[in-house]
Amino acid sequence: MDQVAVPEHAVAEPAAAEPHAEGQQHPIRVYLVIWALLFVFSTFSYLVDYFHFHGALRWALIILFMLLKAGCIVAIFMHMAWERLALKFAILVPPVFLLILIGLMAVEGDYTFLTRLTSFLR
Amino acid sequence: MANQVSTAHGESTPPGLRGVVSDWSADKQAFPVPWGKAMMWIFLLSDTFIFTCFLTGYMNVRISTTVPWPNPSEIFSLDIAGKHIPMILIAIMTMVLITSSGTMAMAVNFGYRRNRANTAALMLMTAGFGATFVAMQAFEWTKLIVEGARPWGNPWGAPQFGSCFFMITGFHGLHVSAGVIYLTVVANRVWRGFYDRKGSYETVEIAGLYWHFVDLVWVFIFALFYLW
Repeated sequence: MDQVAVPEHAVAEPAAAEPHAEGQQHPIRVYLVIWALLFVFSTFSYLVDYFHFHGALRWALIILFMLLKAGCIVAIFMHMAWERLALKFAILVPPVFLLILIGLMAVEGDYTFLTRLTSFLR
Repeated sequence: MANQVSTAHGESTPPGLRGVVSDWSADKQAFPVPWGKAMMWIFLLSDTFIFTCFLTGYMNVRISTTVPWPNPSEIFSLDIAGKHIPMILIAIMTMVLITSSGTMAMAVNFGYRRNRANTAALMLMTAGFGATFVAMQAFEWTKLIVEGARPWGNPWGAPQFGSCFFMITGFHGLHVSAGVIYLTVVANRVWRGFYDRKGSYETVEIAGLYWHFVDLVWVFIFALFYLW
């Protein structure tokens, strides 16, 4: 296996730039901060349920904390933030198309619901 | 954004959009990462589609049912020390999985620092947290089955609840279980110095990608199935 040069982390502090640093190497502090953030976001999303938030506020908060957590995990823990743009595109763009599936199935579910109301619940 | 990257052959490629074009069109390896890592990412992409299909199916049956959906906050509550706490088991499971994600990130970091003992220990800790998660899930399943939840019906409301629950959490639990085995195997190799002899700890990072993905899927299940 020939040794392929790995992207030097432009984002990370110079502390990580040890001589002959190998692979994805970043300061431990970055991981600890993200780790703590994940706990905070999880606690918040649990509290949304605990305090019985309802309606639009509930959905907005749940989705917000979900996306924040997902972003932290993918960007930092999975090192996506430091990968080349070509790899980012190859992995992160295809899931965007899943939004079409989700949209279509939401419309279909609505339609099925209305059909059941008008035809099967007499 | 990444700076200029030099490839194995010494030529340098530009960053940003120009870099995408040159990476794809220059008749060379498109992704300057170990092949195992690229393959793991592509596997995880396909797994993303599988879990999205499950969650979309769940969304569809939940929208279309005319029977009220069971209240997960109540179903997954526990009585601890005489106090009724909603969703507490799921909250603890979430925390356990996040803890395991953190120890895994640390293991990857120590791997690249060539710290054999710390890497192996942190990976085994991660596997331990994973096993704890699966054990709590087994407890959760047992509780629900005893209370009468089945894939075709349940005492609380829409019968689709059971099939979604067993399908989605079951498939996720399967991923966690597989991850525990995977991590144990790699940790054992780390401990025996396999990657020191090989000269690269990239396998630890690849195992880490899988483990973080399992945590990532749980983030979506937690939000969309349990909290929604």
